[in-house]
Amino acid sequence: MMAPRRTERLVVLVILAALLFTPPLILLADRPAGGLSWLAAYLFVAWALVIGLAAWLLERGPRE
Amino acid sequence: MDSELSVIVAAFGYLALLFVIAAWADRRARQGRSVIASPFVYTLSIAVYCTAWTFYGSVGRAADAGPSFLLIYLGPTLAMLSGPLIIRKMVRIARAQRITSIADFISARYGKSSRLGALVALVALIGITPYIALQLKAITLSHAVLMHHPVAPSGVTSAASFLSDKSFWVALVLAVFIMLFGTRHLDASERHEGMVAAIAVESLVKLVAFLVVGLFTVFMLFDGPADLFARAAAQPQLQHALGLSAVPGGALGWIGTLLLAFLAFLTLPRQFQVLVVENVDERHLLRASWLFPLYLLIINLMVIPIALAGLLLSGTGSDPDSFVLTLPLSAGQEGLSLFVFIGGLSAATGMVIVETIALSTMVSNQLVMPVLLRATSLSRRLRGDLSGWLLGIRRIAIALILLLGYLYHALIGDAYSLVTIGLVSFAAVSQFAPALLLGLYWRGACGLGAGLGILVGIAVWSYTLLLPGFAQSGWLPMSFVEQGLYHLSWLRPYALFGLDDLDIYSHSLLWSLMANIGVLVGVSLFTHQNRLEQTQAALFTGALTEGIDTAPLWQGQTTRGALRDLLKRYLGSTATSRVLAEANATDNITSIEASVATTDGENAAAMDASASPQLIARAEQALAGALGSASARVLINSVVRGEALDMQAVLRILDSTSQTLEYNRRLEQKSRELARIGEELRGANERLRELDRLKDEFVAMVSHELRTPLTSIRAFAEILRDSQDMPEDKRAQFLEVVVLESQRLSRLIEEILDLARLESGRLTLHPKPLDLVALTRQSLAAVQHPIEERGVHLEAIIDLDEAQVVGDPDRLEQVIINLIDNAAKFAADQAPRVLLRLERHRGHIRLSVEDNGPGIAADERERVFEKFHQLAQQSPASGHTRGRPRGSGLGLPISRGIVSQLGGRLWVEDADTLDGASLIMELPDAPREMQAS
Repeated sequence: MMAPRRTERLVVLVILAALLFTPPLILLADRPAGGLSWLAAYLFVAWALVIGLAAWLLERGPRE
Repeated sequence: MDSELSVIVAAFGYLALLFVIAAWADRRARQGRSVIASPFVYTLSIAVYCTAWTFYGSVGRAADAGPSFLLIYLGPTLAMLSGPLIIRKMVRIARAQRITSIADFISARYGKSSRLGALVALVALIGITPYIALQLKAITLSHAVLMHHPVAPSGVTSAASFLSDKSFWVALVLAVFIMLFGTRHLDASERHEGMVAAIAVESLVKLVAFLVVGLFTVFMLFDGPADLFARAAAQPQLQHALGLSAVPGGALGWIGTLLLAFLAFLTLPRQFQVLVVENVDERHLLRASWLFPLYLLIINLMVIPIALAGLLLSGTGSDPDSFVLTLPLSAGQEGLSLFVFIGGLSAATGMVIVETIALSTMVSNQLVMPVLLRATSLSRRLRGDLSGWLLGIRRIAIALILLLGYLYHALIGDAYSLVTIGLVSFAAVSQFAPALLLGLYWRGACGLGAGLGILVGIAVWSYTLLLPGFAQSGWLPMSFVEQGLYHLSWLRPYALFGLDDLDIYSHSLLWSLMANIGVLVGVSLFTHQNRLEQTQAALFTGALTEGIDTAPLWQGQTTRGALRDLLKRYLGSTATSRVLAEANATDNITSIEASVATTDGENAAAMDASASPQLIARAEQALAGALGSASARVLINSVVRGEALDMQAVLRILDSTSQTLEYNRRLEQKSRELARIGEELRGANERLRELDRLKDEFVAMVSHELRTPLTSIRAFAEILRDSQDMPEDKRAQFLEVVVLESQRLSRLIEEILDLARLESGRLTLHPKPLDLVALTRQSLAAVQHPIEERGVHLEAIIDLDEAQVVGDPDRLEQVIINLIDNAAKFAADQAPRVLLRLERHRGHIRLSVEDNGPGIAADERERVFEKFHQLAQQSPASGHTRGRPRGSGLGLPISRGIVSQLGGRLWVEDADTLDGASLIMELPDAPREMQAS
């Protein structure tokens, strides 16, 4: 059901998501933008990116 | 809001709608047209994760602690993304083993241990009941806000009698719903289609309600998001509201909370229920693993706008947990407020329904049934059909759990805020994660370690989260929290060992997980698993390996009748016939027996037949679905005589046996090798001994050979010395003998040295191209005269003009002279003749020397090339000769050594022309053009 290659890609995606969601990367986004921090906006964008990648990865290819 | 009636009608009307949906879905399922067999419904059912805590609490947490509320959803996002790896494994195991709950799962993993199952169920009950209470409290609070706005709802809940408390009635309705749709089958591992459908609808309702209130806030109360954020940014007290500085525990606390949410998502009983037990098709996981994070993203989009709007509009006085309701209420939007209330109600009821089903299954299968089965006197009194009992127990458990939740809410629920209870529960169920996840991937994790790990972890959890919570509620002195137990500052619950940089949840998670994992790993490394545990560990860790037959096989003896009685007693007759019929279908049992099973007739002969291992395994599975794997094992053990042997155990035993065999094989190989080496050594030793013997012989012969001429020289020399008056001619004769013998001696020594050089390889030849014809003529000229003086007729036939070979001329001449001399010695006494022939023969130059002597017997021909051979041969005949000079017996061996060093051969044959022996030397022909190239 899961090709080995797809499994590998998924594992890397999970690691990427974990990196995006944790310090020190989030510290980069924790900057004020006209009074409020960018952090929340950054998190939503990163989140959407990860979901998009997962959808692309898991919906591609033949449905078994 | 003025119309309480409309609220009540809306709320209970909504609950009634759930009943209708569930009943419809159940009917569709019975007709075989399932409505939940879709990844979308599966995703929506997983969204039961979003409770009233999400609905009301997220906004509250965003207002208090900035973006940290997102962690509660980013953790599950990570868990769900890895779902095709982790959760798929759990689903496959649960399907193969008929797992009914997370307690059952952990118990089954560690050898179907009923004690471990009971422990997990107990911890879940303690950890989750407050969480259920939290949902009921949310219903009460939201109702109070709805009814009494803008008066702050403080004190409403505790003062009100339970009859006027709406959440009591809601709980009652839910109890009925769960009993109807959650205990439909006795087999708890079968899906509750109606319940799942209702949960999916609830997830949709709460999503839409939250989005609507968010859109209303952003676009009706403000002029779009830009306006909202601009106004929020202008407020100095909101400057840091969205930064990391607002997060308790900072960066470390961030990671801690993320981990907490990740683990809790996998270990919460209700998540296990929807993710694993209610999963229809493994493939749904693929789509759900990105759809569910998307659901979480969407439901969280509006949290920050609502929180900011609430802070801007309501001021600091009101409760941020209620912003979702108070914002539309303040704007006078009563219809919207009611919709929001229904959304919150759906979030709360969805959680309560699934959680209660999961907990009641655990309580009945892991806590009550094992006790009932152990108490033999009780089970003996309960003769007959126990299946009704089982459902009864589960229903009572449902009622009790809801009652417990309600009591908790009514009596002590005020002590906590929404978020507090949720995270405390998360930390409690996270204690299952080491046993669950390590058990999935590490075969060595053992049951004792898992049990002790959970115990230690939950103890640390109690000390660092539960007891301080009690202290804050006023049941324990606050000094315990501030100064630590016995005033020991390193025992402060929120700063254990002085670690006070973290927020309290990360702090508790850190210490409890460390203790938990440490004990689990440590104990596992130093204890042995029993065989069932090994089997289950192998089945769990290898679940995704293709070709593993996950159904354990029994090697015991029992009759079909005994099995049928057992099943009938616990599952009822309909389920029993179904199980037997299925087993028959797969077993290809004769139609007579099948008909017996279906008609339930009493065919004694068929019922006395012994049950096949497959049938026993099928029966155990069926019992496991209803009672949990540990109890099913106990029951099957009670009727199956003999050893229960699993396929995997057998394989494992085989595995170790084959390993032993392999070692044996290698040992055998080694010893054979050793024997062979020993044989070789013995052979080498033999050869060495032989060489030693030959050397001794050689030395003896050489000494003998040397002594003979020496003796005669000495004898004649003594005679010459002693007899002064000897006649002159006699003296001359004696001196002649001495000279001859001295020559012989020095020749002998020369030959011995040659031989030694030959054998040690130190004889240096100086090969160069030469003409063998010229060399032969030269040799002939050298020996012609002395030979013919001895009366031997020497004749030479040389057919060639020239014969180019490569060789050392001096040595080759020595060989040729030796051959001629040798032949002359062995020629016949009467008219001795020697014939030398030089010719070309098959690319070689062949030089043969024949004599007309007695010849050499075939078996003697090689021996003439042995050292001193001539001695043994000739000594008896040494007396009678025509005075031919005695040889040393070394001439032929030396000649052969030289010839073979030059790449040629030397051997003996019968003579062609004469009738004696023929010694033949062959050297490779080396024409001039070849030498040039």
